Amino acid sequence: MGVINGGFGGRHGSSDPRLPPGQTHVYDWPVLSTGPTPNVDEGRWSFTITTEDEVTHRWNWGELQEVGVEDVVTDIHCVTHWSKLDMAWRGVPMDRLFEDVETSYDYVMVRSYGGYTTNLPLEDLLDGQAWLATEAEGEPLTPEHGGPARLLVPHLYFWKSAKWVRGMEMMPSDDPGFWEQNGYHLRGDPWREERYW
Amino acid sequence: MTHVDGNALAGAFATTLGIEITVTVGRCRSCGSSFNLACAHVFITAMGAVMRCGHCQAVLGVIVRGFRETLVNLSGLDYIRVPHL
Amino acid sequence: MTPSRVRWHLGRVLSRQFETEAAIRLELDVPTWPGNVAGAHLDIRLTAPDGYQASRSYSLASSGESTRVVLVIQELPGGEVSPFLVRQLAEGEEVEVQGPLGRFFVWIPAEPEQSPVQLIAGGSGVVPLFSMASAREREPKGADFRLLYSVRSPRDEFFADELAELSRTIVEIVHTRESAPGAGRPPRRLTREALAASTFPASLSPRIFVCGPTPFVEAVAGWLVELGHDPAQIRTERFGGSP
Repeated sequence: MGVINGGFGGRHGSSDPRLPPGQTHVYDWPVLSTGPTPNVDEGRWSFTITTEDEVTHRWNWGELQEVGVEDVVTDIHCVTHWSKLDMAWRGVPMDRLFEDVETSYDYVMVRSYGGYTTNLPLEDLLDGQAWLATEAEGEPLTPEHGGPARLLVPHLYFWKSAKWVRGMEMMPSDDPGFWEQNGYHLRGDPWREERYW
Repeated sequence: MTHVDGNALAGAFATTLGIEITVTVGRCRSCGSSFNLACAHVFITAMGAVMRCGHCQAVLGVIVRGFRETLVNLSGLDYIRVPHL
Repeated sequence: MTPSRVRWHLGRVLSRQFETEAAIRLELDVPTWPGNVAGAHLDIRLTAPDGYQASRSYSLASSGESTRVVLVIQELPGGEVSPFLVRQLAEGEEVEVQGPLGRFFVWIPAEPEQSPVQLIAGGSGVVPLFSMASAREREPKGADFRLLYSVRSPRDEFFADELAELSRTIVEIVHTRESAPGAGRPPRRLTREALAASTFPASLSPRIFVCGPTPFVEAVAGWLVELGHDPAQIRTERFGGSP
């Protein structure tokens, strides 16, 4: 029908070179949840990495802190066209968590409290590209933003940065997670606008 | 963020499948309960709509509107019963 | 009214007026609108100049054969669609609408009806229930109607004048945060006991329509079942903070 609602904002273009194509700079931090927000107590929280040999590496909350956190300032890009620039994060580098993990598999299924899943190539989690984040903007992550801990993979669309993360399973092939089974791109590189299948 | 219910998906289902979701009965694959999909819990997000069972919270279906196509996944339902209107 | 296939229509804003400080009453002229039953809703689709689209579902306050439809839209702060509709969409401007939608949360006067009809609204959930009460108003005979309307304060009421004029629906308004001046009673939260006192009892087997924010609907539906109402008689419509 072709009606244009002139005053309706939608996506505004921007010339900021830090913005990938089709993205709009926002200052707030929109929440996107596919189900009820799980309330995960730090006392019963744990994170596991499971390999093809059924070996499970496990950290509870205290053990995670002992691995050592670092501060990261990074931009995040949601596939729904918003980007948030220069966010201050604190978290444990995934490199450290994978230090003792022996695997020949190249892919990872990330699993969250509440049932959410997302898939990633292992190489996108290593070499200083990903963190298990526990704080954002100087505050502990709130449950609505994925607290107590969420994955942070800022070079990919933000649905890959799973909230309420509880574990990772090594996979021989790049099997799709929740959104990836439902029309979203298997990898999700914002600079290549890998939004949909 | 809180859920709404299946009434909110009437437009999306009418457009994509041509069915009236608010009088359609579905059976949850996870817990086996049958109910009018108007009563399903629906999480509307900017990425897509997620329909969950009001009894067991299992995902019943997902609707994602992409650039060129809309994806409708109803794999969490054993079947749907669509009345003749 | 015969069922008609849902499709997209073009609607032009005939009038807009603030219903409350944060809600707008829009009257749209939709020449191809097939009419709608009370309780039905529509989707509004907005298209930005760069092609980006967003759509949201809104209940219709109007029913019947008319091609003029009425909506009352509450602004959700920080939302993507409602602030535009409430603050910006101008008289004469066009929007795309899809509908009528919904056959579950509707009241059709032609249905033979023995049992009374109880409407229970929380906040802006009153819109489809007002539509049902208005449809009942147009019928000389029919079921007994009651409306219980829980709303924060008199300033937040929708349809204040129209509700006062209803002759075929008993209306009770509960102010949850702030009473009317001189009301002689403090604001009160709706409780199960208050609900029981202000609604048809289960012994009359009323058909019940509950619409409001999700927590309101869940609480009320739970109480109704505890009060002995048959769950099959209770129809609910939840809306939430989908911005």
